[in-house]
Amino acid sequence: FFFVGTFCISASIKTINRHTMDKSITLPPDEIFRNLENAKRFAIDIGGSLTKLAYYSTVQHKVAKVRSFDKATKEAASDKLYEISVQEEVTARLHFIKFENAYIETCLDFIKDHLVNTETKVIKATGGGAHKFKELIERKLGLKVDKEDEMTCLIKGCNFVLRNIPHEAFVYAKHADSEFRFQTTQPDIFPYLLVNIGSGVSIVKVESEDKFERIGGSSIGGGTFWGLGALLTKTKRFDELLQLASKGQHTSVDMLVKDIYGGSYGSLGLTGDLIASSFGKSATADKEFSKEDMAKSLLHMISNDIGQLACLYAKLHNLSRVYFGGFFIRGHPVTMHTITYSINFFTKGEVQALFLRHEGYLGAIGAFLKGAEEDNPNQYSWGENYAGSSGLMSVSPDMNPMQRARSGTFDMLEMDRLERQLVNLPLLQDPSSYIPDTMDLTEDALAREYWLYCFEEALDGVVKRAVASQPDMPEAAERAEKFRQKYRHKLQTLRHQPFAYGSLTVRSLLDTREHCLNEFNFPDPYSKIKQNENDIALKYYQKAVKSLEELSWEERQFALVRGVLAGNVFDWGAKAIWHLGLIYLFIFFSSERPWLVDSYDQWLERLRGPPHKCALFFVDNSGVDIILGVIPFVRELLSRGTEVVLASNSGPALNDVTNGELQILTERIAAMDPVIQAGLREDRLTLVQSGSSSPCLDLSRLDKVLAQVVRERQTDLVIIEGMGRAIHTNYYAMLSCESLKMAVIKNSWLADRLGGKLFSVVFKYEVPAGKPSQGSAAVTPS
Amino acid sequence: MAFNGHQREDEGIDEDETPTKQPRSEKEMPGCFKTEPHNEASASAGRSTSERRTSNSTMRHRADSVKKTRPPFPWFGMDIGGTLVKLVYFEPKDITAEEEQEEVENLKSIRRYLTSNTAYGKTGIRDVHLELQDLTLCGRTGNLHFIRFPTHDLPAFLQMGRNKHFSSLHTTLCATGGGAYKFESDFRTMADLQLHKLDELDCLIRGVLYIDSVMSSGPSECYYFENPTDPDHCVQKPYTLENPYPLLLVNIGSGVSILAVYSESNYKRVTGTSLGGGTFLGLCCLLTGCSTFEEALEMASQGESTRVDKLVRDIYGGDYERFGLPGWAVASSFGNMMSKEKRESVSKEDLARATLVTITNNIGSITRMCALNENIERVVFVGNFLRVNTLSMKLLAYAMDYWSKGQLKALFLRHEGYFGAVGALLELLHPS
Repeated sequence: FFFVGTFCISASIKTINRHTMDKSITLPPDEIFRNLENAKRFAIDIGGSLTKLAYYSTVQHKVAKVRSFDKATKEAASDKLYEISVQEEVTARLHFIKFENAYIETCLDFIKDHLVNTETKVIKATGGGAHKFKELIERKLGLKVDKEDEMTCLIKGCNFVLRNIPHEAFVYAKHADSEFRFQTTQPDIFPYLLVNIGSGVSIVKVESEDKFERIGGSSIGGGTFWGLGALLTKTKRFDELLQLASKGQHTSVDMLVKDIYGGSYGSLGLTGDLIASSFGKSATADKEFSKEDMAKSLLHMISNDIGQLACLYAKLHNLSRVYFGGFFIRGHPVTMHTITYSINFFTKGEVQALFLRHEGYLGAIGAFLKGAEEDNPNQYSWGENYAGSSGLMSVSPDMNPMQRARSGTFDMLEMDRLERQLVNLPLLQDPSSYIPDTMDLTEDALAREYWLYCFEEALDGVVKRAVASQPDMPEAAERAEKFRQKYRHKLQTLRHQPFAYGSLTVRSLLDTREHCLNEFNFPDPYSKIKQNENDIALKYYQKAVKSLEELSWEERQFALVRGVLAGNVFDWGAKAIWHLGLIYLFIFFSSERPWLVDSYDQWLERLRGPPHKCALFFVDNSGVDIILGVIPFVRELLSRGTEVVLASNSGPALNDVTNGELQILTERIAAMDPVIQAGLREDRLTLVQSGSSSPCLDLSRLDKVLAQVVRERQTDLVIIEGMGRAIHTNYYAMLSCESLKMAVIKNSWLADRLGGKLFSVVFKYEVPAGKPSQGSAAVTPS
Repeated sequence: MAFNGHQREDEGIDEDETPTKQPRSEKEMPGCFKTEPHNEASASAGRSTSERRTSNSTMRHRADSVKKTRPPFPWFGMDIGGTLVKLVYFEPKDITAEEEQEEVENLKSIRRYLTSNTAYGKTGIRDVHLELQDLTLCGRTGNLHFIRFPTHDLPAFLQMGRNKHFSSLHTTLCATGGGAYKFESDFRTMADLQLHKLDELDCLIRGVLYIDSVMSSGPSECYYFENPTDPDHCVQKPYTLENPYPLLLVNIGSGVSILAVYSESNYKRVTGTSLGGGTFLGLCCLLTGCSTFEEALEMASQGESTRVDKLVRDIYGGDYERFGLPGWAVASSFGNMMSKEKRESVSKEDLARATLVTITNNIGSITRMCALNENIERVVFVGNFLRVNTLSMKLLAYAMDYWSKGQLKALFLRHEGYFGAVGALLELLHPS
């Protein structure tokens, strides 16, 4: 089965006959029904064969906080710059668990035993099976079952995943290198058509969060395939019927155009292989047909019919986004393929059939949201937690038998409520075509191979650092080991199913690692390293600024750029050597122009022109990078009369400087530097958080406040620094204003890919087409 | 099937003599295919040009010029579909003694064979009730016969053509349907006949418009069902297709083609579906073990589809009001068959009925969407799926009316499946 969960319940459960299941089975609680003790608000969606349970929980997280020392305590706290404390933070999480209906009773017992929260009184329920289990649920959980309309739940769930999960929707291409082609998140998800293929078909037009209409449907649906298929083939199970169909040849049962014409029907452009009459060849009493062939013919008949109707409705309502869901689709490659084929045929490729990664959860998500309306879940942004979610699993139709592979598995989805509401950067040239990631490892097998290897190789080091970051905690080693297992398992999964969490990218690999570290309470393994880096770099600040000021204007501009690049070389916790000598060594390297990508001359020319109104600077690492590279650069911009917005991560990721740390650092620098101080005082230098906790940057998911500031200040320059933000992501991002991407390629494989060497410099200054370069109005500064 | 059945009255005629060559026309006179009403009364009501045959000498002269341009007998039009071969044959009834004398034996024997039988071999059938009498075509008056046989019996038909030395008549055999292409070489090698192949949709439209324009003393060609949503008062009523355009023409044969017709020469195929008459019969054969369309229909008429289908009320207990779905609407065709107990409790008749309802409703649903997309309100259903299939016609009439809230009208034509063949015959008489 397609959505095979990561977690198989213990071997014992699998051997037990599902009908006589022993209640004494213990589920591994720390893996399946996580955080049950904090759970409130339940929803359940019971379908024909699978149950989806949803609940809301609060998760206690350890987070690293930084705080300036009080004046009073400062003396005592030695020479440290600021204080790091690990605090408990409570965040909201949505849990969705999918399991076979056979496990309902066991699961309900388990929940009852572990449910502490007494506030919960009601469980929202939807799905065709909800009434069947109503009594059982009420008896077992002591909760009142409150039924919600199935379609309303489905649409609510659909809107939620489309809005909150990047790479939720995908196009299925059976014979392509990667079967799944994920779609970028659209800034506006409406309007769309949802074709839900359950036992019948419902075609729903969704125009906004609350406005949707069932514009049509068909009685020929999954139930027709199943019912008619069972009659024709004497095969009872839906999965088995699909299995049969995938092995059959429909041409022995169907009457094709060529059976009537001898070839194609040229004048109408109907090729000979088209089906003229489904089951047209079986209109005879004296011929036997194989089960496989009949099942295949039936599958084609139903898929084509649904596809045709969907296209007719899409055309009538002028809609081009058509999502397919329902148990007929639910991750079955066979039906996704036939529906895709049908849509392509009937629209001549104008409309693409879209499928959803979490299609099976829509009803449960929607029912949950119905019950949680008072919490306004839609006013928050949510993010898929890669550590706690099973991801999309593929099973080739040949994997045999499907139902056994599925049996006893629990599929999970966890969504974390993000602190900040996330929106598009208003400066994206075309938000609907923006793809953050430079390389799609789902499609690029060589790159995938390399990066998976890379992350696996680096795992030992990450584990060591995690342990080292918590010297006072004796059980850290054990937790770190669990982290290692979890992340290694994720890497293995991704090796086989690169599409499990949408398109596989360096960013998703990094983010998954961060999620896994968090899961095992390593909120910020680099905190002490960062503290140390910052401390040392600060000591050199005044000296660096002074030496820059001694240079001529033109020399200074070059030195500032090299300073950013050099500072950025010190990364990945390269804590060993801290002296300016190394920076100058790099400056020696980097002075050899032209660089790999080099538009420095255009940049310099631009600097001779009028100052920018406001620059948005996405910063990267702590220490030398931010203090000796970025701040002097910012200082120069401020001196030119350009306002600067410094955007840093909201939460920790590797040794990247967080917003909290940057607040303290700028304060300290302001104390030494009147230019920075004036900038802060006059509100020309602003610090904002990006909303992200990733070493990479997704410009379509940024803090709403950041977007607001960018708009208010009429930002006309975006600077993106570092490999994670300017190379792995955003290398090709097109902005509607001037942009500057600066990075040093610190990975020889990647350098090779881009046609350069290790430590190659990328300096990409771009002016959007159509905007006159202001450098032409050259004013040479004194 | 064999066309050499026991009813053949002219078995002896088998000589090899070359028949007298009939004069062949150079070019057809435009309009000569048009209907000629057989009496004054209907002529006044007719839309087509009338040209009565008289013994008057001037008229005689005109008739002679017509004669020069018209093809020699026999006049056939053929439509070779995926399941059925449809044949129309014009039997001249105004043969003069002189002509009778000239008429070659082969031709005579074919005429007698076709007109004196109503069944040919085991599977060939003449639909006597559809016969159009006293029809004037290209200046000749006669009867138009409608004959059908299964496509898989085409070899027997060709064998008969060979036995009857059909090729010696040097007639042009106008044929349409996919079989005209598929079996072209068989016609040549087995019966020494050269086919004039014609596009099936061109022929279909030409045939529909022609037959509809023919004035006939018999029942009206076009009809509809009054009160389609009320089973007790649903009655068949004649309909005059006076200004037929635009028209959605739905041809339900083995498969289905849906055409938007704006004029005789301006039409487009909007779409089609493979769920057609062939699917109904094919599935019925598999599900019930029947082997003919008539058997399948008979079973369907005795069955109950609600035992097989899952209705809206089976799921919601009544109407699904949120979406305006009535409880009686089918939610899932064959949906009850997901359950083993229900599979064991249904009869073959129920299954046949459900198959019929499923296929018919689906055609109705696709048709309705096409009508909306093309902005056409009148729908004419033709094709042999509707032959003796009042159940499906009433269902279509109902579905069109109900789901369009009375906006769409379903129309039917008596000659259901023969229009392609008629169009092919017209092409013989008047090449376009």
